[in-house]
Amino acid sequence: MSEAITQLAYAVATALFVLALHWMNDPKTARRGVQGGVAAMVLAILATWAQPQVIVHHVWIAGAIALGFLVGVPLSRVPLTAVPQRTALSHAFGGLAAGLVGTAEYLLWVQENAARLTTFRMVAIVAEIILGYLTFTGSLMAAGKLMELKWVPQRPVTYPGQNVVNLGLLAIAVGLGVGVIVNPAASWAVAAFMGVIALALLFGVLLIIPIGGADMPTVISILNSYAGLSAVAMGFVLDNKLLITAGALDGSSGLILSIIMCKAMNRSFANVLFGAFGQVEAKKTTGEQKEYKSETLEGAAQVMEQANLVVIVPGYGMAVAQAQHKVRELYDQLKKRGVTVKFAIHPVAGRMPGHMNVLLAEADVPYDDLVEMDAINPDMPQCDVALVVGANDVVNPAARTDKGSPIYGMPIIEADKARTVFAIKRSKNPGFAGIDNELYFSDRTFMLFGDAKAVVGDLVKQFSGSGMH
Amino acid sequence: MAETQPALDYWSMLFVFMLATFIGIGVIRRVSRLLHTPLMSLTNAISAIAVVGAIIVAGSEHPPLIRFLGAVALFASMTNIVSGFLITDRMLKMFKREGGSK
Repeated sequence: MSEAITQLAYAVATALFVLALHWMNDPKTARRGVQGGVAAMVLAILATWAQPQVIVHHVWIAGAIALGFLVGVPLSRVPLTAVPQRTALSHAFGGLAAGLVGTAEYLLWVQENAARLTTFRMVAIVAEIILGYLTFTGSLMAAGKLMELKWVPQRPVTYPGQNVVNLGLLAIAVGLGVGVIVNPAASWAVAAFMGVIALALLFGVLLIIPIGGADMPTVISILNSYAGLSAVAMGFVLDNKLLITAGALDGSSGLILSIIMCKAMNRSFANVLFGAFGQVEAKKTTGEQKEYKSETLEGAAQVMEQANLVVIVPGYGMAVAQAQHKVRELYDQLKKRGVTVKFAIHPVAGRMPGHMNVLLAEADVPYDDLVEMDAINPDMPQCDVALVVGANDVVNPAARTDKGSPIYGMPIIEADKARTVFAIKRSKNPGFAGIDNELYFSDRTFMLFGDAKAVVGDLVKQFSGSGMH
Repeated sequence: MAETQPALDYWSMLFVFMLATFIGIGVIRRVSRLLHTPLMSLTNAISAIAVVGAIIVAGSEHPPLIRFLGAVALFASMTNIVSGFLITDRMLKMFKREGGSK
């Protein structure tokens, strides 16, 4: 009887999870999505906990849940610029949970009830631990890169034969895994199982080392997908359909986001994971010295004030400089003067999908003015001023024109078609991918060098100060 | 119990997985691109449904080592649930239309 109640609760929770994601299709109903998700989760936890024939150690459960709250609440209060690393960390936690549960299940059954280790369950357990542990270390590495920790290399680390080493390791792990699957109760099986875990942990690290910051949106999406798939594998092991459905929802979300990110960079999964921007680095120094044109803040402010349409193109530099609030002040000043201001959002701007939207929403920019790349590009020739704030590769015309460029074929925001371009840039160095950007040398482009927050702040002062009304 | 009809059950699990993936793809393709960051933190909290497996491992009559592994997994999942839902709501609160209305 109580089994029926548990299953019923799981079915309701599944429906609520699907509805929660459905409500995310519009900002107006999105918060209802969170409420639906919370309700489903509470229901799932209570239904699982309240099985007196299964659960006997309540103190352990209560203690672990309390600790989860203790760590989870502060983690939810990080500044929004730190959201990519928080997301990577939570993928790491998700992978760890799946890996540990898979390990516990195997160790338990191999000691007490080897008959339960059917081939099907063993395949699921091995998939669960490989995905879980590689997501754990891979996401930790990604979080380390995003947090710019000293001991985590920021630039892609590549060496000859890297892919052979990585794939070789994975092949050994899978080979050992197959051994355990076929002989789950053999005397050496536990040792081999531990070997699979060690290799998965190592593989996660090696997989992320060659990946640069510009590829982070894709990598975070792929790790998201892995975390979901490891939950699915856990569902197969535990014979639990709620785990399978919720994990599949997460897995498909990660998959779709990865596809969108890859399309936005004109690259394939394999290319992101195995083709680091390594070759590019050698080439970048060969470019001849070209001259930048710069403009004074007064001049820039005057041009913007007389414009009809100003398009602001934000990039990771805006996030680094925490410039979103100053950008919003500039937006307000221009709007007050009757200038139409739009934001052009490239899908891979920033370090995770949707990163720019969240930062600008935090700064109270109405979301109707955040325009996707495909929607804004037809308007770019009518645009009087394109203001590039800390974006680089996503506005590089080489993607359209230079077949030799590593970003050739990537869809870009066509800032170069605007009548005038102002580009705010921290330094004269090339961007993350190490590629020269011809936009900066165009006749119509004027550079404003400096920290994005300081430069935009000074621009705002031009408007709010004396003289201009 | 599952052991009585194992073959049948495996197939039904695979079917559930396949159908849930299609539903997921269908629903998530319609999510506004504006909300891709909150979407990721929400699905992250949802995939912490691994909490169900962790509770079963941590709370059952098992040797202490096994329960300890389960308890660590439970802690990790719970952290994701709490921080995932809270930060998603925090971000969604910020998305406003012109004039401050939602």
